Amino acid sequence: MKFSEQWLREWVSPQLATQALADQITMAGLEVDAVEPVAAAFKGVVVAEVVDKAQHPDADKLNVCQVVDGSGETVQVVCGAPNVAVGQKVAFAQVGAVLPGDFKIKKAKLRGVESRGMICSASELGLEEETSPGIMELPLDAPAGEDFRAWMGLDDSTIEVDLTPNRGDCLSLKGMAREVGVLNRLAVEGPAMAPVTPTHDETFPVQVRDGERCPRYIGRLIKGVDVTADTPLWMVERLRRSGVRSIDPVVDITNYVMLELGQPLHAFDRANLHERVEVRLARAGEQLTLLDGQEIALRDDTLVIADGRGALAIAGVMGGEHSGVNADTRDIFLESAFFTQLAVAGQARSYGLHTDASHRFERGVDPKLTHDAVERATALLLEITGGEPGPLIEAASAEHLPTPRQIVLRRARLEQALGLSLPAEDVTDILERLGMPVEADDVSWRVAVPSWRFDVAIEEDLIEEVARIHGYNRLPVRRPQARLGLRPDGEAQQPLSRLRRQMVARGYQEAINYSFVAPELQKALLPQAVAPTLANPISSDMSVMRASLFPGLIKALEHNLNRQQSRVRLFETGLIFRGELDELSQIPMMGALVCGNRDPEGWAARGDKVDFFDLKGDLESLLAMGGEPDAWRFEPGEHSALHPGQAARVLYRGEEAGWIGTLHPAVRAELGLKVEAVLFEVRLDVLSQGQLPAFTPLSRYPEVRRDLAMLVDESLPVQSLLDCLREQAGEWLTEINLFDVYQGKGVEDGHKSVALGLTWQHPSRTLNDEEINQLVDAIVTESGQRFGARLRS
Amino acid sequence: MDHLPNLVAEARGAIDAAQDIPALDEVRVRYLGKKGEITALLKGLGKLPPEERPAAGERINQAKQELGSELDRRRQLLEKAALDARLAAERLDVTLPGRGQPGGGLHPVTRTLERIESLFTRIGFDVAVGPEIEDDYHNFEALNIPAHHPARGMADTFYFDATRLLRTHTSPVQVRTMKNEEPPIRIVCPGRVYRSDSDLTHTPMFHQVEGLLVDEDVSFADLKGTIEDFLHAFFERDDLSVRFRPSYFPFTEPSAEVDIQCVMCGGDGCRVCSHSGWLEVMGCGMVHPEVFHHAGIDTERYKGFAFGMGAERLAMLRYGVNDLRLFFENDLRFLRQFA
Repeated sequence: MKFSEQWLREWVSPQLATQALADQITMAGLEVDAVEPVAAAFKGVVVAEVVDKAQHPDADKLNVCQVVDGSGETVQVVCGAPNVAVGQKVAFAQVGAVLPGDFKIKKAKLRGVESRGMICSASELGLEEETSPGIMELPLDAPAGEDFRAWMGLDDSTIEVDLTPNRGDCLSLKGMAREVGVLNRLAVEGPAMAPVTPTHDETFPVQVRDGERCPRYIGRLIKGVDVTADTPLWMVERLRRSGVRSIDPVVDITNYVMLELGQPLHAFDRANLHERVEVRLARAGEQLTLLDGQEIALRDDTLVIADGRGALAIAGVMGGEHSGVNADTRDIFLESAFFTQLAVAGQARSYGLHTDASHRFERGVDPKLTHDAVERATALLLEITGGEPGPLIEAASAEHLPTPRQIVLRRARLEQALGLSLPAEDVTDILERLGMPVEADDVSWRVAVPSWRFDVAIEEDLIEEVARIHGYNRLPVRRPQARLGLRPDGEAQQPLSRLRRQMVARGYQEAINYSFVAPELQKALLPQAVAPTLANPISSDMSVMRASLFPGLIKALEHNLNRQQSRVRLFETGLIFRGELDELSQIPMMGALVCGNRDPEGWAARGDKVDFFDLKGDLESLLAMGGEPDAWRFEPGEHSALHPGQAARVLYRGEEAGWIGTLHPAVRAELGLKVEAVLFEVRLDVLSQGQLPAFTPLSRYPEVRRDLAMLVDESLPVQSLLDCLREQAGEWLTEINLFDVYQGKGVEDGHKSVALGLTWQHPSRTLNDEEINQLVDAIVTESGQRFGARLRS
Repeated sequence: MDHLPNLVAEARGAIDAAQDIPALDEVRVRYLGKKGEITALLKGLGKLPPEERPAAGERINQAKQELGSELDRRRQLLEKAALDARLAAERLDVTLPGRGQPGGGLHPVTRTLERIESLFTRIGFDVAVGPEIEDDYHNFEALNIPAHHPARGMADTFYFDATRLLRTHTSPVQVRTMKNEEPPIRIVCPGRVYRSDSDLTHTPMFHQVEGLLVDEDVSFADLKGTIEDFLHAFFERDDLSVRFRPSYFPFTEPSAEVDIQCVMCGGDGCRVCSHSGWLEVMGCGMVHPEVFHHAGIDTERYKGFAFGMGAERLAMLRYGVNDLRLFFENDLRFLRQFA
């Protein structure tokens, strides 16, 4: 809602400067977004009359004019505007004037003819955005010699209020004035609005077929209007200052009354109405060409204004092109109706529209305005366009009109809610100033809600009104009290913050990627993945929900590689989305990516590239935090995004919990990534599990260590060998240390040597060589049988 | 016996001449060892007449002791010199940077979220989270935003189909908590939220923290106290001015927006606060009875307040970040600034 401060002050004028007034409005909950001057700074411009005009002797397009500017003498000025004419009243910049943009007017000669000043166009005065071809023509009664700025009232501000959707009642000067009146304890006075006396009996039939959606419809036929009349300057200016462009006097008047009172109006060209006006639901598929030229097919839940031939307008939203007022219109049918919020809600949006009318009806228009508005508009029409008003025709269904609401506000409830005891008379006063008559007793107020307050429906709404007018910042401040109570806290659980910090400690920066990704990227990485797709994405590269953290991490990698950051270590936590909507899983994950050198470039760094085992080490450090590293396994596996020989399924107690691997070279090629990257992602719920430490007594007896170098087939996963060892090494085995894996000279082709250090310790005695030898023999025998392993000699 | 003084002088010379520990050890052996020259003199005492023996013995022992302490002194000197030499040789340029993996860092949004969570959990709030793909009921209906309510236009929603959507706020977590738990309830709900808006000051995804407190005898005064305390604690400024402006949210009544005195200009007016001196940082209010009805909470017995804030906005103000979009580019040069 945008309006002129001067206009508001005609209704109510508190003793407050502009900014103080704006602040007051803001602090009452009607947030002022902007306060701007209605005209740029200029001075030295006066109202003048053109008294003579002659062709410039040396220029076809210039005229030499004489103007009377109140200075006592006639001033000669050369003017190039095509519309300059004798007898006109104009805005005249005298010599010495300064126009917007610090443009100084000096005495000049134009093609040899002296010119002392300039006749201005609206754009030269900063009153219009577009450059106008002609000068601004002022009304003939404009007083020559008067300062133009003062006469136009241009020392005014436009106040723009960003109204919340509950305050539809403030979408008018009347509403804003009412609010300002309440805040300043001032009476509010609007323009006089008397009913117009009809000068003929003619009406046009109205049938409301849907009284529930349209409880009241008023129409009036006005014959013989002059649509070519000029909208008076004062009205054009008020509209302009409210951000509304002047179109023709009929449209301007309906807009003006809407701004003034808050009631949207519509004018039909009588000549294009057939049989009767009907308010009914549209027939599915019924066609309508809107005022903006758009052709739409209506749905059957849309209320329309129709005539005997078909839909003319969407009720409370927008009129149709064919029934609108045009330059040839003689007789108009003026509509002022009360459409319910529900009838209009969502309609405009569903057709991709948003209009001043729909904006107001969706928020609620005071049903008591319908009459006032039609009378006010008629009066203005008669004044500006002339015409013969007919009687009002009204179709109303009383049972559907909003019934006056009464709400009880309990004193105890008010005091409890605000933590404050206000004197009863203050509360009564606040409510009554808001136009809410009250009946008070000792414990409560019975409050009648005025017809314009659609947002006041329950006791809490009244509490808010009292708090708002009293002033939120005058309300007490207290700290909440609560009973202290400890809550269970799983010690074995790893909180997310700790897992994150582990990654940070290992040199990772945390990334936050959008949860929606480009479908192509997701497809390149996870061709099988099913994830929900947005119906209305911001753009196609953010249209599908991520089924993995990999797409985002890779996108972040690319971003950094493109900015000369070649060593990248990133991790992210967040949900991934798997499956169709109906069996959707939203799974919290932790993912990471490494790329580039193992160490940052430096005097002590060797420049090695990171590989699978670097990332695996970091992942293992996370897995170990839960205190059960042995519950986790890595098993060779195949993953569409990962190198088939460098990918592992991460298992927790045998269940898949994630993946780790090197990005597949073919995928890299498809994505145009030149460098290798290693990634993992693991389910956070599993990662955060753990177990409590359980103490084992320390043995006082010596450890025994044996080192074994075993030759096995190179394809044998070491894990299998380790499992076999553990199985055979007896219960006193305390540690297996895999200290070397070797292939090359001394080891036959296709084999590898795996060197292991085994440590045993008995809790209560010294182990003897013989029993250890037996265990080693069992290991060698079993692994020989199972894997063809043998001791390296 | 008569050459004792000479011997001592000679030994002293040898001690002083010894340039390292082995050389010094040789001197010790030569004079004081089992077969050393001084030792030999002691052994030769027996050849002296008995009456001379005590005096001679005393002189020899004195010489032995003197040389012993000379040797020790010289040893200490040499050891110190050796240590000094070694230390000099082992000198490092300690200004060279250390070796190994430098630490990474948390994302500034996470840092901010954790800070907010921590401030509230310390006074007895729990952290609650929930799904991001939500349904119409939890995101709108249960929060008193029926279909076609103009408030739906306040947040442009990403939809999957007619009823499934990306949550536009973390309030659905509050709804779920109120349905599943009995008051008193004290939670903060951090998380990602989504609105289909993308320009200089909006990203289609951002983070919110919402808070909810439901208990008996909770008032607007408690809300004001909590918010003021929080903002003072968050910005570590006890004198930070906070003001409450009436506003509208369908799920609270009364509702308020919270402004703080601009942290950039101190309230004098600058670009960040559009020259108003105030910054809007939060929305809040008393839980609307309709929301309690949906959750099955007795509105006569319980009252509650709720608040919500954008983590990016607070992070921008706290760390002076001037471009919202940087939060989601994951540029290392940006991220490293928050380590």
